[in-house]
Amino acid sequence: MTRERSEPEVIEAILEKTGIGESYVIAILQAVQEHYHYLPQWVFSYISARLGVGIARLYSVATFYENFSLEPKGKYVLRVCDGTACHVRKSVPILTRLRAELGVSAEVPTTGDLLFTLETVSCLGACGLAPVLTVNDKVYPAMTPEAASRLLAGLKETEL
Amino acid sequence: MKNQDIMTVNGIPVPLEGESNVLAVIRKAGIQLPTFCYHSELSIHGACRMCMFEDEQGRLAAACSAIPEAGMNIRTNTKRLLKYRKTILELILANHCRDCTTCLFSTDCKLQDLANRFQIEDVRFPNTNTVRKQDISSLCITKDQSKCILCGDCVRVCNEVQNVGAIDFAGRGSKMTVSTAFNIPLGESDCVGCGQCSAACPTGALVVRDDRGKLWDAIYNPDVIVTAQIAPAVRVAIGKAFGLGKSESAMGQITAALRRIGFDEVHDTATGADLTVMEEAAEFLARLEKGPHEYPLFTSCCPAWVQFAEKKYPELMEHVSTCKSPMQMFAAVLKDRHGEKPQFHVAVMPCTAKKFEAARPEFKADGGAFVDLVITTQELIHLIKESGIVFAELEPEAVDSQFGQMTGAGVIFGVTGGVTEAVLRRVSAAKSQNALRSIALTGVRGMDGVKEAAIAAEGGELRIAIVSGLGNVSKLIERIRAGEHFDFVEVMACPGGCVCGGGQPSAHFDEKKARGEGLYAADRLMSAKSSDENPLVANLYGGLLKDRSHELLHVSYGTH
Amino acid sequence: MKFIDRAALQSYRGECKTRSAALERQILVCCGTGCMSGGSLDVYDRFRELLAEKNIHVAVNLEPEPHGDTIAMKKCGCHGFCEMGVLIRIEPQGYLYTKVKAADCEEIIDKTILRGEHIERLAYTLDGEVYKKQDEIPFYQRQTRNVLTHCGHIDATTIDDYLAVGGYEAFERALFEQTPEELTAEMSASNLRGRGGAGFPTGRKWAEVRRHRNNNLAAGKSAQTYVICNGDEGDPGAFMDRSIMEGDPHRMIEGMLIAALAVGSDTGYIYVRAEYPLAVSRLRGAIEDLERFGLLGDNILGTEFSFKLLISRGAGAFVCGEGSALINAVEGKRGMPKVSPPLYAERGLFGKPTALNNVETFANIPQIISFGAENFRKVGPESSPGTKAFALTGNIRNTGLIEVPMGTRLREIIFDIGGGVPNGKEFKAVQIGGPSGGCLTAEHLDLPLDFDSLRKAGAMIGSGGLVCMDSDTCMVEVARFFMHFTQSESCGKCVPCREGTRRMLDILENIVAGEGKDGDIELLLELADTITATALCGLGKTAPQPVISTIRYFRAEYEAHINEKRCPAGVCTKLRAIAIDPEKCKGCSKCSKVCPVGAISGKVKETFAIDPEKCIKCGACAETCPFGAIDS
Repeated sequence: MTRERSEPEVIEAILEKTGIGESYVIAILQAVQEHYHYLPQWVFSYISARLGVGIARLYSVATFYENFSLEPKGKYVLRVCDGTACHVRKSVPILTRLRAELGVSAEVPTTGDLLFTLETVSCLGACGLAPVLTVNDKVYPAMTPEAASRLLAGLKETEL
Repeated sequence: MKNQDIMTVNGIPVPLEGESNVLAVIRKAGIQLPTFCYHSELSIHGACRMCMFEDEQGRLAAACSAIPEAGMNIRTNTKRLLKYRKTILELILANHCRDCTTCLFSTDCKLQDLANRFQIEDVRFPNTNTVRKQDISSLCITKDQSKCILCGDCVRVCNEVQNVGAIDFAGRGSKMTVSTAFNIPLGESDCVGCGQCSAACPTGALVVRDDRGKLWDAIYNPDVIVTAQIAPAVRVAIGKAFGLGKSESAMGQITAALRRIGFDEVHDTATGADLTVMEEAAEFLARLEKGPHEYPLFTSCCPAWVQFAEKKYPELMEHVSTCKSPMQMFAAVLKDRHGEKPQFHVAVMPCTAKKFEAARPEFKADGGAFVDLVITTQELIHLIKESGIVFAELEPEAVDSQFGQMTGAGVIFGVTGGVTEAVLRRVSAAKSQNALRSIALTGVRGMDGVKEAAIAAEGGELRIAIVSGLGNVSKLIERIRAGEHFDFVEVMACPGGCVCGGGQPSAHFDEKKARGEGLYAADRLMSAKSSDENPLVANLYGGLLKDRSHELLHVSYGTH
Repeated sequence: MKFIDRAALQSYRGECKTRSAALERQILVCCGTGCMSGGSLDVYDRFRELLAEKNIHVAVNLEPEPHGDTIAMKKCGCHGFCEMGVLIRIEPQGYLYTKVKAADCEEIIDKTILRGEHIERLAYTLDGEVYKKQDEIPFYQRQTRNVLTHCGHIDATTIDDYLAVGGYEAFERALFEQTPEELTAEMSASNLRGRGGAGFPTGRKWAEVRRHRNNNLAAGKSAQTYVICNGDEGDPGAFMDRSIMEGDPHRMIEGMLIAALAVGSDTGYIYVRAEYPLAVSRLRGAIEDLERFGLLGDNILGTEFSFKLLISRGAGAFVCGEGSALINAVEGKRGMPKVSPPLYAERGLFGKPTALNNVETFANIPQIISFGAENFRKVGPESSPGTKAFALTGNIRNTGLIEVPMGTRLREIIFDIGGGVPNGKEFKAVQIGGPSGGCLTAEHLDLPLDFDSLRKAGAMIGSGGLVCMDSDTCMVEVARFFMHFTQSESCGKCVPCREGTRRMLDILENIVAGEGKDGDIELLLELADTITATALCGLGKTAPQPVISTIRYFRAEYEAHINEKRCPAGVCTKLRAIAIDPEKCKGCSKCSKVCPVGAISGKVKETFAIDPEKCIKCGACAETCPFGAIDS
């Protein structure tokens, strides 16, 4: 946990943009997640005090939505689409291959060096390109286990 | 004659009288439609799907959310509905730790009750929740996730009624739980221990912490004497469990039962309450003399409220009365006696938060607590049962004579408005029965969550508010912050006051209301109505409390 | 620049039309999610670079003073033919180039732009025939593109292009020439039914919102109402709404403005799912343009009408496609559905009457106001008029987005437009309506696709996803896939959905793993019945649909799995018999190295063998074997 130090100025800047109120909770958490790539615990008490919304309620919202992460995510978030079209066109072997190469699992999706996080994602609506894989929102079409493996190798190389 | 709107339930015509949902109409028709997630005082959740009904067209709807309309013709027990209910129960049971024989909540459990009612003989799905997942971190409440059926009653009570927000749903789908933020132990959360969640919980997922073991240890310890004090609200809530009249005071039987269990002394907390009235009235008058305050004097008898204020409104703590609660005042007096053996003092309370209060450092001296153990009405019922005492056949007995005098003012402490009424009796110049009766009519009585009264006083009138339910407290504080003026505010965390405490046996609203009436009935039978009329009180001030009333009867929170 | 009145808007629109007409030569680069992932931005940049090198004047916007030599470069939205991306459309010829790479740009400029020649190698070919123009391709020819008419043809990143095709004319009419009651009446007369799945008549919905607003007003309460666009297109295999938001965002927003006039609202929200970042940025751009021109904000075009539009981004929850859950999400809460009544037309967002429609529904509205309800009803059947967009995916030749009249027969969609099942396989079934829908089989090929016919057949249009399945598909596995989806997306609130879908999934997983028991089918159907009858929300009630319909039409497949431990389609891995063919095995030992459970042993250069006791039938060995010696 490298970022557990409180940075009120970061949250204040976010609140400035989103507005303050219970109806902005999701937007605020999204902005926090965009900044830190996850939701650090200290943020909850800070936002709770500023919004007058209980911490348990914030935690409740954060754990309902799939995109929020309470654990730090990797620098590269790889998401394998497992929508119908991708599933039918064999997205599972891609996932299996990447998991094996990264040594991650559904329960522990992030590598120890915090470089990679591997997740599945429900349909990205890019069914014509199935199966697809995204790396930090960039879509890679018509993947195969081999192509995914090459993509991963490329990412690893840039990090050397 | 005006044609009345009629709805037909299982063939029987039922008049509509402004019911807000079909469930209320069905219940009025004398049908106990099963529900897990419906409570009239909470928002409609609609999650358990047990209260479905079928209309003439074969359409199904949940009675809790459907709006009654004249001419509706519905059935509640069609073949389909019975089948669906059984399947739903089976689904709940398959994900429920079914250690019923060793579950504290057994026989009180709504799930068990409905499983029996619908004769679920077999659960066709493998049980996926077989191991207890207990959180015993709270001194007040024990939480067991494996018993939770996710009806959300506790979540809504904690948020909507109490505005505490210590628990909420976390996660989603089959991974959903009821959880504190970050799933921290309940004892470390924002929980104030009011226990209203456990009162709402239909299963054994949230129960009052069971401290009976410590009591038996003390009873069988030859080196201590075990003393008890019994709070007013306990006596009007216990009878039903033993087949007695709902709300009449069973103080005499409780006293007898405690002696049979092995208590050495039995006392009445109402005596302590008389002391509280004296101190609180004095504090209030002294404060008035100092001139107008921006904030009113808030009462301090309720430990859940004190904790709520400490956590949510720390800036208001200086306006919270420094008086100890009746339990603590009385304990301080009791423990000031030094006999041959040390005392192990047990308070029998309607309240889960008292367990926390007893353990606060402010109420410890020389390493020992004034109150060594708090057991709730629920635990007392279990104690009596496990001791094999036939409660209904007990001859009532009087409490010990040493502190055997109390007034009606001390007794009515257990219901919302009681503290205020008792203080008003004390400060009232006229002490005739009629003068005291008129105090009861100023608006201090009744089960409303917020009551306001204006009392004529020298140099103007005093504005008083009586609030029960912490959510109502928050709303009142907002009003005060917005500029409304009050001189005195009585706060009870549990809606309805201590008679509806989290440690009491679960009950419907009518029964809770009857408990309050039971206390007023007991008050009517008391010869002394105002605390200053209690000769024991005068004796104490002249003796044990002489020059020491502040030391023994007041507290400064947060200084430890 | 703000339009202060109607005349200002009209005059600017006129300019846009003139300028657009003057820009005869255009290169439209598809910048939908699909083509962008194929590198369309690189292609776009390459075009710009080359045109600059060649000193050819380029217009990226509609230029005030265009001249004949100018080439317009546009980033347009999805053509719906994603599999063929990157797609480039060349005007005025109407050529469609497929699978374009940056390296092709120079040739396209030199030949097509400068000399008007067609490049055959970039054209779409089918069965040996080359299709030059987009409109000639069977995939497009048989469609009726109304809602999608501009997608792929106009620049989706600027309002000018939308104005040039008559954008906001309908809104203008609604604002200046029609009363709210007339607008609602027009919608009712059109019988436009909600495109989000349930097919509720839009006009009636608006009338209800208006009625509750007026009641509130009469009772001395706030007259606040809201308009919400449901852009939470969560069904796997559906991307109609994405394409509209990305390709023609103004069309949908115009529909929202008209709705706001009809129900008397001053605030609208567009709820877009998290997985559509491009749609969010296109919508943001559109809203900025509108605010700049004064078409959003206070006193629009000098009238009393004020409207602000906000975007609410989803955070990943399928259930938020359900109206009341979506409203909770917009309010910053957990997206759990609420009990009904009250309907959200009465108490919706922040407790106020709310008109909630989906993207495609809003996109249908401008044409109804512009050309009238009667004109709208000319297409499609009486009870479900208009067109419907479908996403064709799965085992079908032409994957993509299509729009056809309601009531078009399934056969026409699958075979004439979709090109049928590829690789010489047979059509087996089509899953319609995503996880809430059901499957249709060969016997339904002549079924007209509209709300009522589908409901009768035990399926539903849903949002319009059509997943085609060939003879190699295991229907039990398909049911398991959808149940897995709904189970993991269940919000967890009501018992039947939370606990019931989980038990159904357990049973299905057992069946595909060869552990099915006698009575499983009956238990599945009983659970399905309970969930359908008692679940809290629409998504819960329809969650068992894929199971019900696959049991109805493919019961024998279930029985084969349960009774014979056999998967007729050969899909279910646990039911595979995996063995090494001694004839083909060369003893390379690769298989034994990949086997995760150490079930394969043998000596190098001798035949290896699989221990069936240890084998978990994962198939890793078969994939690894370089000699095809492992049969699964």
